[in-house]
Amino acid sequence: MLRDEDRIFTNLYGFESPFLDGAKARGDWSGTKEILDLGRDKIIDLVKESGLRGRGGAGFSTGMKWSFMPKTSNGPVYLVVNADEGEPGTCKDREIMRHDPHKLIEGCLIAGFAIGATATYIYIRGEFYYEAANVQRAIDEAYASGLIGKNACGSGYDHDVYLHLGAGAYICGEETALIESLEGKKGQPRNKPPFPAMAGLYSRPTTVNNVESIAVVPTILRRGASWFANLGRPKNSGTKLFCVSGHVNQPATVEEEMGIPLKELIEKHCGGVRGGWDNLLAIIPGGSSVPLLPKEICDTVLMDFDSLRDVRSGLGTAAVIVMDKSTDIVKAIARLSKFYMHESCGQCTPCREGTGWMWRVMERLVKGQAHVEEIDMLLDVTKQVEGHTICALGDAAAWPIQGLMRHFRPEVERRILEYRTRADRGARVAAE
Amino acid sequence: MPKLTIDGVEIEVAPGTSVLQACEQLGIEVPRFCYHERLSVPANCRMCLVEVERMPKPAASCALPVGEGMVVKTNTPNVHKARKGVMEFLLINHPLDCPICDQGGECDLQDQAVSYGYDRSRFEENKRTVSDKYMGPLIKTFMTRCIQCTRCIRFVDEIAGVPALGGLARGEHLEITPALEAGVNSEMSGNLVDVCPVGALTSKPYSFNARPWELRKTESIDVMDAVGSNIRIDARGGEVLRVLPRLNEDVNEEWISDKTRYAIDGLKRQRLDRPYVRGADGKLKPATWAEAFAAIKAKVAGVAGSKIAGIAGDLVDVESTVALKDLLNALGSQNLDCRQDGASFDASNRAGYIFNSGIAGIENADVVLLIGTNPRWEAPLVNSRIRKTYLTGKLKKVAVIGQNIDLTYPTEWLGNAGSILTDLANGTHAFAETLRNAKNPLIILGAGALRRGDGLAVQAAAAKLAETVGAVREGWNGFNVLHLAAGRVGALDAGFLPGAGGRDLGGILSGAQKGEIEVVYLLGADEIEGDRFGKAFVIYQGHHGDRGAHRADVILPGAAYTEKNATYVNTEGRVQQARLATFPLGEAREDWKILRALSAELGHTLPYDTLAQLRQRMVALNPVFGALDRLVTASWGPFGAEGAVADAHFTSPVENFYMTDPISRASQTMADCTEAFLKPALAAAAAE
Repeated sequence: MLRDEDRIFTNLYGFESPFLDGAKARGDWSGTKEILDLGRDKIIDLVKESGLRGRGGAGFSTGMKWSFMPKTSNGPVYLVVNADEGEPGTCKDREIMRHDPHKLIEGCLIAGFAIGATATYIYIRGEFYYEAANVQRAIDEAYASGLIGKNACGSGYDHDVYLHLGAGAYICGEETALIESLEGKKGQPRNKPPFPAMAGLYSRPTTVNNVESIAVVPTILRRGASWFANLGRPKNSGTKLFCVSGHVNQPATVEEEMGIPLKELIEKHCGGVRGGWDNLLAIIPGGSSVPLLPKEICDTVLMDFDSLRDVRSGLGTAAVIVMDKSTDIVKAIARLSKFYMHESCGQCTPCREGTGWMWRVMERLVKGQAHVEEIDMLLDVTKQVEGHTICALGDAAAWPIQGLMRHFRPEVERRILEYRTRADRGARVAAE
Repeated sequence: MPKLTIDGVEIEVAPGTSVLQACEQLGIEVPRFCYHERLSVPANCRMCLVEVERMPKPAASCALPVGEGMVVKTNTPNVHKARKGVMEFLLINHPLDCPICDQGGECDLQDQAVSYGYDRSRFEENKRTVSDKYMGPLIKTFMTRCIQCTRCIRFVDEIAGVPALGGLARGEHLEITPALEAGVNSEMSGNLVDVCPVGALTSKPYSFNARPWELRKTESIDVMDAVGSNIRIDARGGEVLRVLPRLNEDVNEEWISDKTRYAIDGLKRQRLDRPYVRGADGKLKPATWAEAFAAIKAKVAGVAGSKIAGIAGDLVDVESTVALKDLLNALGSQNLDCRQDGASFDASNRAGYIFNSGIAGIENADVVLLIGTNPRWEAPLVNSRIRKTYLTGKLKKVAVIGQNIDLTYPTEWLGNAGSILTDLANGTHAFAETLRNAKNPLIILGAGALRRGDGLAVQAAAAKLAETVGAVREGWNGFNVLHLAAGRVGALDAGFLPGAGGRDLGGILSGAQKGEIEVVYLLGADEIEGDRFGKAFVIYQGHHGDRGAHRADVILPGAAYTEKNATYVNTEGRVQQARLATFPLGEAREDWKILRALSAELGHTLPYDTLAQLRQRMVALNPVFGALDRLVTASWGPFGAEGAVADAHFTSPVENFYMTDPISRASQTMADCTEAFLKPALAAAAAE
């Protein structure tokens, strides 16, 4: 379990002031100039050494991502912070922006410096109105104190930070759709290549990072890469915000070490599953788009990228959705299918047509109004969507269904048989 | 030059080539819907997926640039499975109405479903329906058939330059819709029908008319403007049902204007299908060929050659122009003119009246000056070429002397006074410096600028400007005249101009008023008011009962451009041959044959009995007619006459794009377009 002194987000619950006075008391903005004095390459090396993996879901090495940026550029280069936290179940970036916005802004300065950016754009989800107000106030404070803007922190480096509110589309959390949206266009993902590091915002080199990835960087650099790397497990190092919701006694967002056993996370921080651990049905461990895990896997699985990948799920955004035995699991997944159908941008064929199809079949499966063979057909359809789309929304729509069928197929089949029996009986009664 | 391997075959391609293009170079067919060579690449249909080694997922080949050492596979089971999956998705919400769909038989979706479709549907849910949209009188929509490839959106945005379409809503509710349902107000909108890979956008006038396999396809040339677009005429029986573009990179690429495509219903209205002779009561009466010829002979017999004149119209082919010239010369007349719009310019040097740079040459220009022309209406394909060059970033500036109108690309308006041209030619105007600094300056002189009384001076001033700014030099000639009439350059090349001591159009008309001209032969000339011929005996040869026929004393029914094998020369001076798609109507005949028959009647038999002999005569007259389908560089030399350019405003002579000649004036579709697009614009302008 994470020791208190190893916590990065010490004001996660808002007991102290989120603004500059509180932030400085918590150690933010101390020695920022010295960090910048390390130089671009050194900062990137340290972040690589720390083993920080992107906190937005994919888990790509943050330092590696930064190193893709061109070393020299004859024009603007951008850092874009993805604060469009829309993954159902996820509420970690919201807490950071609400209660510790200076960590993010200091991170923007350091990360921006490391990639040679001229400005940072924070693209914040439109619904986060209150959070946006806090972030904007923090930006204003930072400007007023000379921490960002011209000659930020006295380092001689100029860096501007802008905040932009989105309009609530889930797809705008996809990095290239976010860039399109930021440019004022319809939020539709772009084809890659070219990757944003080559041609991103306004066709300039751009790095897009999650809020949490950026917000932890100053602390990593202050406390040392090895400190961070020694937390958690190899290749899955550091601390992480876990958002536990659903059928637990005390839902919470909590900072924990990577690789904490899932059971420990829930029992220690969230007061356990409603009705006891044995009342657990399934857990979605990383936000709505990753496949669910049945109880027998939840008993032992560790919460990090590689452990969860080994059980064919994923850490995603570490949004743990707990479902006890009162849950209609098919209906729960059908609801997610509806979400993905609703949020598909409609640009590319498999996702546009496939998400609606999958949802409609799922709705029938909830009632059992289907043939058993349609389960395999549905799985085939998910395979036809997965990996064939421009962005990962197609995959995200396919995985929950695949997870359901992998672990709860008997339940689905039972409903089908029950429905047919009922229908047959009804037909007989009608015939009589 | 990256080298890659596709299906085991190694190929070296230019950097920046996409994998799909590399596949095409090897002759490997890759299915696609959204990809179009001339539009941007959104890679959204996902039909062109291929496997690439060391890539975890199948990649959309249209958007994937080739890389050194790439190993691509296009025919593995995985690729086939992926494409079948995409095809299934496209079909689940596509209505099964191929039997009643106009696209049937030439539908990309239908064709590719043969290779990649399942033989039955696994989709048990209800199909999606989408409400149809209003896109104007030319395009019929059936939006349920739409597969959201966005080709139409990209076409109007990029090629037509009229952002009239967009995608509304998202996910499976994504709909293609015109802004405010106001129609697609573009001169190029008909191309949307070709661009649409399915039956969502079809041709409204052609709807439910025919199946593609019933049509007789004839490759021909368009005459609705002076571009000479390459077209394919699809006919069934004696009826022309539609016109489609034919690929010619140098002229129209693969687009045609709406007038080219849709004016053909004018071929069925107001047609002259038999000879007429004006009777003693002043009324035109149907007659036989013999009677008509006899009436002409009776009149012409006693008239001196100097009292006979000939005027060639806008749609005339070279064959009949040459035949008429030969006939009139034989009768002793030198009073010929093919400029029925009254333009005066020096036609002694070919470089002085053609589009020297060529239409494709626009792509080399970096500064363009438009004088008295509205290319958007006068030659939409020239305009789209300018826009294309502008989009590549090579074209830095377009300046306009004339009306300040939206040409679909940014322009700098210099004003519309004639004096600006004088200032430019003298180098005293600021813009002359810009032209001088340009690498390849291009000047487009509109037909409207030569139509003024001071045409000769305008031509000379523009030529002087071209010379002084370096627009004319070895390897580059940026002096261009943009004609309006398909027959004009051919007639000029044939020398259908006043001979020694002959009268030009003004002379002919004033002569007719004064009785000095007694016989006027109008070869398809319809733009002159009838009363300007005074008491002259007017012979009209043509295909439509338009202005010329109304004034005529004898009408000889000729053939329209779809009904004859004929030669046309476009504004670039490119000689192209149109082909007969349907036979002339009723008793009408191919125009040169009428003249040949008449010449025998008048006792001056023309020395050619076949089309081949006539074409030999044409080449003898001007060797240019022998150079088919290519550009012959015209050598530069002095032309025009220096003089004062009047300060009158430069304007384009085209007041209605949709109605410029006898065919389009007779077309119901063009009338509908005028009603739908032009009238509201005029009303809006009037209200301001």
